[in-house]
Amino acid sequence: MGKTIVTAEPGKQELFITREFDAPRELLFKAHIDPNIYIQWVGPYGMTMTIEKWEPYEGGSYKFTHERDGHKYAFVGVYHEILLNERIIGTFEFDGLPERGHVIMGKTTFEDLPNGRSRLVHQSVFFSVADRDGMVQSGMERGVSDGYEKLDGILAATSHGTAA
Amino acid sequence: MDTFTAIAEPTRRTILERLAVHGNMSATDIYRGFTSSPPAISQHLKVLREAKLVRVEKRKQQRIYYINPEPMKELEKWVHQFAANLENQYQRLDQILAFEKQRLLNAKEKE
Repeated sequence: MGKTIVTAEPGKQELFITREFDAPRELLFKAHIDPNIYIQWVGPYGMTMTIEKWEPYEGGSYKFTHERDGHKYAFVGVYHEILLNERIIGTFEFDGLPERGHVIMGKTTFEDLPNGRSRLVHQSVFFSVADRDGMVQSGMERGVSDGYEKLDGILAATSHGTAA
Repeated sequence: MDTFTAIAEPTRRTILERLAVHGNMSATDIYRGFTSSPPAISQHLKVLREAKLVRVEKRKQQRIYYINPEPMKELEKWVHQFAANLENQYQRLDQILAFEKQRLLNAKEKE
């Protein structure tokens, strides 16, 4: 089973995410572009995801929301480049901040590995160090409050794995 | 000033990087590495001291600066939890990819 590696050097405006998958990169790419698949895995546990706009082509834009207990969190962005099975470049912004302008530029690369495996390498570039650290920190807080949902997920994944 | 604002400023970053390489440096040696005036650099050192990113020892007439990595470990903690959250999400994706792979295989067998 792969393991997610996050690299965020102190004082820098970027972060990297690396993860290997036991599937060819064509499938991994598809999981990022096909809304019916994307909706199944993105976002925190226990939240209902809705895709409001999905235009996976250059210049197209997207909007999706995560909802729980009546609270809605929207995320928006524009696709800058989509290179089939290889690369997605685009923006990402949390639509619920008091002010606009905290946009993130993201590049996701899909690499072929031997034995039908693949590697995802994502780079996010932020306007400021504070933006980056804020994003990492909000992810952490969410993680702590979602402790029990994480457990549910692990149990579900385990039972699924046994059945398969 | 918090750790991350203190680290974000380029001159202060350079000071920290040099301290990390040399282990410790006298204030005079630190001043020498910059074209900015010693009072300007001294101001940056004050910020770093207050953020507890450096500590200082007085030795004879000299002030010797040391790097203190403790506050930077906070970011490490956040990053670790952030990675754990992403890992949960990607484990869900693992299941979906396995399912999609099987679906493709089944479709091929039917051909």
